[in-house]
Parts: sequence; structure tokens; C-alpha cells
Amino acid sequence: MQKATIMRLRNVSKVYCSGQIQVHALHGISLDIARGELVSIMGPSGSGKSTLMNILGCLDQATSGVYWLNGTEVGQLSDDELARIRCREIGFVFQNYNLLPRTTALENVEMPLVYSKAKGRRRRALDALDAVGLADRARHRPSQLSGGEQQRVAIARALVNEPSILLADEPTGNLDSKTGQEIIAIFQRLNAERGLTVVYVTHDQEIARQTRRIIRLQDGHLAGDESVAPQKGATRAGDPRI
Amino acid sequence: MNLLQNVHVALHALSANKLRASLTMLGIIIGVGAVVALLSIGQGAQAAILGEIEGIGSNLIFVMPGTVNMGAALGEGSTASEVLTLEDAMTIARQGNCPDCSAVAPQYDHGAEIVYHNASMYTTVTGTTPAYQQVRNFEMHLGQFFSDQDVGVAARVAVIGADVADELFGPEDPLGKIVRINRVPFRVIGVLSKEGAGALLSRDRAVVVPLSAATRLFGRDSISGEGSQIVTRINVSAIDASRIESAIAQITEVLQQRRGTAAEHEDFSVTSLKDLADVTSSVTQVLTIFLAAIAAISLVVGGIGIMNTMLVSVMERTREIGLRKAVGARRSDILIQFLIEAVVLSLAGGAVGILIGVGISGLVSLSGVFAARLSLQSILLATGFSIAVGVFFGIYPAQRAARLSPIEALRYE
Repeated sequence: MQKATIMRLRNVSKVYCSGQIQVHALHGISLDIARGELVSIMGPSGSGKSTLMNILGCLDQATSGVYWLNGTEVGQLSDDELARIRCREIGFVFQNYNLLPRTTALENVEMPLVYSKAKGRRRRALDALDAVGLADRARHRPSQLSGGEQQRVAIARALVNEPSILLADEPTGNLDSKTGQEIIAIFQRLNAERGLTVVYVTHDQEIARQTRRIIRLQDGHLAGDESVAPQKGATRAGDPRI
Repeated sequence: MNLLQNVHVALHALSANKLRASLTMLGIIIGVGAVVALLSIGQGAQAAILGEIEGIGSNLIFVMPGTVNMGAALGEGSTASEVLTLEDAMTIARQGNCPDCSAVAPQYDHGAEIVYHNASMYTTVTGTTPAYQQVRNFEMHLGQFFSDQDVGVAARVAVIGADVADELFGPEDPLGKIVRINRVPFRVIGVLSKEGAGALLSRDRAVVVPLSAATRLFGRDSISGEGSQIVTRINVSAIDASRIESAIAQITEVLQQRRGTAAEHEDFSVTSLKDLADVTSSVTQVLTIFLAAIAAISLVVGGIGIMNTMLVSVMERTREIGLRKAVGARRSDILIQFLIEAVVLSLAGGAVGILIGVGISGLVSLSGVFAARLSLQSILLATGFSIAVGVFFGIYPAQRAARLSPIEALRYE
């Protein structure tokens, strides 16, 4: 069944100016991602993966081209409207977790709820931690958690406002392959059970192959966009389409 | 984010670097402490001086020879060549001349040596009438004031101040004892109650005798060229405080008539203690404002300290700001967060400063010179000032934090 397009990029370019030198990070990228898709983005260092993720996540704006998110043209939005989208529509997971030190896992997860002015924050934060299997670590500080646990806290934080999109920029980049696999399993489960649109960047061919679609970037250009045949490893979580 | 959460976050952030936070607050602590202490000391001093003047008799009006100033009024005398005489005083006192005056007491002052056995002292002897006790609000510690009859017969009786009694008699009871004023014996019939150090026009060193007795005692010195009794000063008390102005006008008029002088070159002056009180309070007010202004400068310096700390804090927490923005914080959320942190810093400093200021004014009161007056106003003023300092100096760092782009902030090392 063809699902509605949730993210649509048309001819999106990004140019960074650092002093006199202009760096072209993205060249005319056009792509569609449908609601409920599980997509990985691959490419060598400097190919523009992170830039693309930041634009998709409304953390950064394209220099030219158009990006529609849920039918809204992101380029037209004000700072506050972008903040609202980041708050409610998108969950973002970083390679280096970006947890606040000196605050507990629970408080870290609660933080986005403060900005969405949600009620019953403690309950919802605990639910989100439970969803990533860390309910028993709620009172621990980031320094008391392993890398995998920290990344799970970060995922819980991304989930807590119940966004429809989960974006992850090399979420397993700092983890060993076993722990990385556990994180990927969480993404797969969220995609399968909650219908979340999940996009993650990875260097690992194996991890990329556990999605349904791999987008490849090379020097800021779209270098490939392929569907992946269902694998045993990728379907463990129970893809509804099988 | 509501206020309480913001305060919670701010306290959390500040507690991460307690030494830096306390050092930053020090400027505000000193500034607010100084403002509170100086205002309460200034107001206390003013109240003390006004109370003093009240004690002398706030309805009191002085008539002095020449055109005198306030300093001369306090210095008990003038160097003017014109003189006032007993007749002037009697004119003021005459029924119907000054309906707003309740009592008139001329006084003649002359320095003299007082001796009792081996003890002696040099002080000002005042010759006057019994009305003097009323116009000067004199309270008797022992004995009584002299009477009209004493004045009539030029009785050699004296009423002495508490310090005079102490110096001449020590523990002995002075009543009924004979002292010698310029070798003339006078009998002590009363001792005035003690007023204490620092009083204006203190009565503690006074020796008061009947005017007629003083005239005999000092002889030619107290008689003018025309043969009239000279008075140093005429004390008049108005019926009540609201009649002071009209009483002054009446006195001025009758004296101008009697002495035949025009308003342009009066050879006497009429002033009330209220004038003196007004001058005093405006002087202490200016002084208080001046001191408070100096204290306010240290508040500004403290504010700059807060700004500095907040700028460092914003830089250190760039990644945190980026993260907060990435998960949906708006500019205003970040702005308010850092603004509240600055205000918490300055308000905490203000609170400690108020405690210190209260402590200092308490110490001043304990020292016994005068009671510092701690007003709610000065505390509210200090609190308001510290909030204002926090907002004023916190807004720039907070704006810098709010303007950070999430992506650049997250990338910041």
C-alpha cells in the first residue's frame, strides 16, 4: 500500500560559508520519504549525511530548494514554528547522545515535555524510559550509565513527545556492534509497532541492510536510492507488510 | 516552562559552580548591604536630630539681634553690634500684640566661673524669667525652677544642669547648697534632668538664674548705652506648631514698629526651630541620597560581575542551549531561562545584602549613638534594585544564548 509522503525534498542545496571559502554540502537533493518508512542513509565522511539529517530535522535550513514536512513548507516557517515542529513532530537522536550531565535520566527525558507544556510529565517520561527498557535506571545520571544505556535515554527523550518522525544521526557510531544492534532493534520495533517514520545515518553496511531502503550520498549528491529485500535479520521485529 | 521550573533549573545550574556564583553575588551583596545600611542609618540620624529639635520645643521661636544665620542660632549668640533689650521682649509679651505667642522668655547669656568648695568650672550663665522653663521644655530632676517673685527681688538662686551638678557636687545633693558665680553666692534650688550627649542646645551645662540677678551679677556688661537691660535672645513659643508662621509675622511686625526699622534693613531676626529642622532634614536627606548613590554604583559594578558570569555561563553551556533548542525550546524559552538565572543570582545576592545591611544598622543601634531606622521602603528598594540589576545585566547574555542556532550550538566544543 502506498503511504502518504511525510518528507519531500526538491532540489535542496546547502552551502556553508566559512570565511572566504564556500562549502557545498548538498547539491540539489530531491527525495520523498513516506509515512512509516524505515530508511537508512549511507555515505562516506563529508558526503553531506549530517547536513541532510539536520535539514530533515528542522535544525538547519536549506540554502535553496524546498522541503515539505507533512505538507508544510519548512523554509517559510518562523523560528518559533520550527521550534514547535522540533518539539512535537520530530525526535532527534545524536551520535554522542547529548544528554545533560548532572541531571538524571528521567530529567533528561522530561526536558522536551517542558517545552511542549505537556501534563503528567513524570509519568510520560517514565513510560518513555520503559519503552526503551530503562525504567530501572531513571534516577541514574548519564555518567553512571553505559554508552548503550545513554543512547537509549536519548531515544526515550526523542520519543517522549510522541513524534511521528524519528531521526538518528549515526546513533550507533560510538557503540560496539552488539550494543549498536540493540539500538537498531529498538528503532525497528518502534517503526513496526508504532508506525514511526525512522531515518538513521550509518556507516555500517549490516545496519543499513536492516532497513527497507538505503539512500546513498556522495559529495553532496544523491548517489543511490535502493530498496532492500526483506532479510531475516530485519524482520525479526515483525514487519506488518510480511 | 513556568517560573518555578525556571528557578529550579537556575538553582541547579548555579549550584554546579558555587564558588563562582558566590563571588559574583559579592558585588550585589556589598551594594545592597550598603544601600540598606546607609539608608537606615541616614533615616535614623535624621529622626534623631528631628527628635532632638522636638525636645527643645518645636514651637520655639528665637528672636536674635542682627541678621543671624542658623549656625549662630545653634552657637547661642551672635556677633552683631545691634542689641535686643528687655523692652523688646516686653513688647512681644504685651497682651494683644502677638496673639499667637503663648510664652516669652528673654535670656541674657554671659560666661562665668562657678565654684563649690574646691570644684570649679567655667560655663555660660543664663539670666531669664520663669517662662524659660516652659518654652525650653525643661524638666526638673530635683527641686524646682525659680519664680516670678525670685525675678522680682533679684533672688540669688540658680537652677543647674545635670553635668554642672555632677562636676561640682559629685554624689552630694546640690539642693540648698551655695555655689559662687563670679564670687557671688547663689543658692541651688533645682537640677535639670539629664539630656545626654550630642544634644543640640544642651541644657546639661546650663546655669540658669533670674534675669534681674544676672543683671546685678554682670553689671555694666548687661546694660546698653541707653541704659536698657540687654538680652542675648528672646525665646518665644507659639501656641501650637501650626501658628509658628503667623507668630513670626506678628513678632516681626511689633518689633519693626517699636524699633522703627524698615523691612529691608531689619536689625533683628526671627527664626523658628522648625526652620532649623527643615534645614537639618534637607541636609541629612542630601547626605543620605549621596551615600545611597555611592552604594548604587557598587550595585552597578556587581551587575557587571553578573553579566560577566552569565556570558561565561552561556559560553560553557552552548551545547546545552543547542540541545534545548533541538528538542523544541523557543528563543523566548532560552531567553527567560538565562534571564531568570541572572535574576536568581542578583536576588540571592540582594537577600544576603539585606541581611548584612540589617545587621549593620542593628550594630549602629546597639552602639547607642542613635537608633538606625530600618524602613520597609529601603528593603523593598534594595530588592527592586537587585531584580533590576539582574534583568538589566542579564538580558544581553540571555539574548546571546537565545540567538544561538541549534546546529552551531550543538557543534560547539
